Amino acid sequence: MTQGMEGPHPDDRMRPAGRRNSQGIRIDPEAEATHQPRKAVLSTLVKHEPGVLAEVSGLFSRRQFNIESLTVGATDDDEVARMTIVIEEPEPGVDQAKKQLRKLVPVISVEELDPRAVQRELILIKVSGDKPDDVHAVAEMYDGKVVDASPDAITVELTGSEQKIDAAVEAFDQFDVKEVVRTGAAAVERKAETLRDDRARTAERQTETPAASTGETATDD
Amino acid sequence: MSEQTPISPSEDGETETDGQPPAETPGETADQAATRDETAEERTTDGPVTTGAEAVVAALEAAGADMLFGVQGGAIMPVYDALYDSEELTHVTMAHEQGAAHAADAYGIVSGDPGVCLATSGPGATNLVTGIADASMDSDPMIALTGQVATDMVGNDAFQETDTVGVTQPITKHSYFADDADTIGSDVGEAFALADEGRQGPTLVDLPKDVTKGETDVQAITPEKPDTYNPPTTADDDAVADAARVLAEAERPVILSGGGVIKADASDELRGFAKEYGVPVVTTMPGIGSFPEDHELCLEWAGMHGTGYANMAITNTDCLLAVGTRFDDRLTGDVETFAPDAEVIHVDIDPAEISKNIEADHPLIGDAKQVLRQLDDAMESAYDAADASPESYEAWRENCQTWKEEYAMSYDTPDDEPLKPQYVVERFSELADDDAIVSTGVGQHQMWASQYWTYTEPRTWVSSHGLGTMGYGVPSAIGAKLAAPDQEVVCFDGDGSFLMTVQELSVAVREDLDVTYVILNNEAVGMVRQWQDGFYEGRRMASEYPWIPQFDMLAEAFGARGFRLEDYDDVDDVIEKARSYDGPAVIDAIIDPAENVYPMVPSGGDNGLFALNDDQLEDI
Repeated sequence: MTQGMEGPHPDDRMRPAGRRNSQGIRIDPEAEATHQPRKAVLSTLVKHEPGVLAEVSGLFSRRQFNIESLTVGATDDDEVARMTIVIEEPEPGVDQAKKQLRKLVPVISVEELDPRAVQRELILIKVSGDKPDDVHAVAEMYDGKVVDASPDAITVELTGSEQKIDAAVEAFDQFDVKEVVRTGAAAVERKAETLRDDRARTAERQTETPAASTGETATDD
Repeated sequence: MSEQTPISPSEDGETETDGQPPAETPGETADQAATRDETAEERTTDGPVTTGAEAVVAALEAAGADMLFGVQGGAIMPVYDALYDSEELTHVTMAHEQGAAHAADAYGIVSGDPGVCLATSGPGATNLVTGIADASMDSDPMIALTGQVATDMVGNDAFQETDTVGVTQPITKHSYFADDADTIGSDVGEAFALADEGRQGPTLVDLPKDVTKGETDVQAITPEKPDTYNPPTTADDDAVADAARVLAEAERPVILSGGGVIKADASDELRGFAKEYGVPVVTTMPGIGSFPEDHELCLEWAGMHGTGYANMAITNTDCLLAVGTRFDDRLTGDVETFAPDAEVIHVDIDPAEISKNIEADHPLIGDAKQVLRQLDDAMESAYDAADASPESYEAWRENCQTWKEEYAMSYDTPDDEPLKPQYVVERFSELADDDAIVSTGVGQHQMWASQYWTYTEPRTWVSSHGLGTMGYGVPSAIGAKLAAPDQEVVCFDGDGSFLMTVQELSVAVREDLDVTYVILNNEAVGMVRQWQDGFYEGRRMASEYPWIPQFDMLAEAFGARGFRLEDYDDVDDVIEKARSYDGPAVIDAIIDPAENVYPMVPSGGDNGLFALNDDQLEDI
């Protein structure tokens, strides 16, 4: 027997004209709109306490944010650490990642850095010791230096932007690369801009003095 | 002095009395006590020496907690020992930790304040996990306190050790590890405040046994939220003005009222707003009760098994004012066809919900109560500017009324078929008190209970939405009844769901709780059976339960009253007998096992193409 209730068939109902894409964004019904992934550098201040790294990395994995690199280090404040997280996501994902990150209790502030921000990465690359002079030459081309050498292997240290490091890795490829160790990006805004501590910002808002928002910002770097 | 003659590891010179006569603690000689007294003056102290466990109890009391749901066990014993002396806190012993978590969750839903559950380490903590995840998905305020092995054993795979913070961190707003008796109280206070503040949700504090047994002189203070957590209250005024303009210019507006409206105690504001401007209201499932279902503007709830008229309205609206909802997939179906013509005004206190699933054209980030007031204030000038008025929605309102008739919720009650579950729910709704609270398990019974009961007040619908936890019913009814002892509490459950937490019935009997349980018994995990019939060619693998116990007798064995209900003629009589019984009663309602839940939007489907019956389901 038939289950359910009576009523107009789906074909006979009023229908909307519009459409959204898979990200829930209204689009031209005739056009396909997809967001290309882009790279974003999130500079994040966190409380320096046990479990923070697990909490942040767990967030990125369970929400399927594509993480390219994550570095953690001390700041000038003993109680605050900085995480520099490079992610590659379509636009709504970048925004989502920032907001989800900000919700974690040990996270003090999250800022996406300007694409022109200073970004540096350190790499240690270990290659065969067969052609020491050639290795030296290539290292010099990339402002690198040999930090360890033995008859069997040579280790070169390089710092630079991601593009430079990528190019260097390619150049060293000819020497039978044994091991590559990259740190992931460390990054800082250009000029006088610094990452603000949201807690200071909230304090400012609560004092409700108009001058407060344009006054000196509390920073950790 | 004290450094040379330590009395106990915790008395290392930082925790001491403030000159009160030193009580001799066990194992302490009079000399040692005197030593402790001498050095006391040198220290900054707050009060008498207590234990970490007493600090936990004091913190709960200071936070305004009055009831805990829990189960005893090794690592949590110091906290239970401290509870022995508490006059403010009532502890309800549950049969299983999952029951404790669900009871605390329901207590939080009904009271609006964080419910507290308590368990020991290891299995105690892991048994809470389902309930914590449930609270997390539904943003229910709850705090879980778990015992833990002593800190010097942590990481050694000690007896009943589990990394509770690690396990629960993804399903809480934050999980705390209390590693110091001096800060254990502030940890608990902060966890309590965090659970309640902003978007509500569960928090957890892991309590190592040496810390709860350790000494401290820090006194309980008013709980404070973490300094990094600062939820917004009011929305940006310009954004509010923009949103008001869009609403004023709309022709087919709909309010989507979510669970956040109830959580923010904003039902009054939402009702006032909808009625003043004549905007039809659709609720989400967690939003049930935020707007009275017997009001003509109410289209009830939308989504997978929502009403046809709610799904028609939400699909064809040109302006969706969504308040306190996270656009769950059971609500939206396929996002590409969700309210595709609508400019979306999204009011939410959690910025991360904005444009997570559905893009918000006009995000209004703030507390629902405040933002609805702001929006209300902005409407008059918005109507003036748009040269419009609430009258402009008249054609749309009529449209919605027509849909209410065309897609009316209905079911047949043929004599030659077993009892229909919808009839049982509908009759009970008519016989029950107006402010009766309904709790449910998860499955077909849950859908019928939400479709055919008429909800008119917030905090009268207690269910597991996001996580969909079978077994939620029996313990949640206990939590609900204890939170609102003067209100009638009815629990609709399924036979499968009931069996998952049936042991908690012993608690309802012991606590003498006047709760009526109605099992809509179809001898199957009915929702799975329905999907197997609809989408798996009727291959009913592991969904039929022909071996279930006789629930009326089972109820009697627990000490509750049991009733068996099979005929339409007995429905009113059995309901009244169960209601009038002063204590837990269980009605085993033997329903038509073939009955399916309709309307239905297949998973990931187009809301506007909901099926009203089997034939339509085949066509879409």
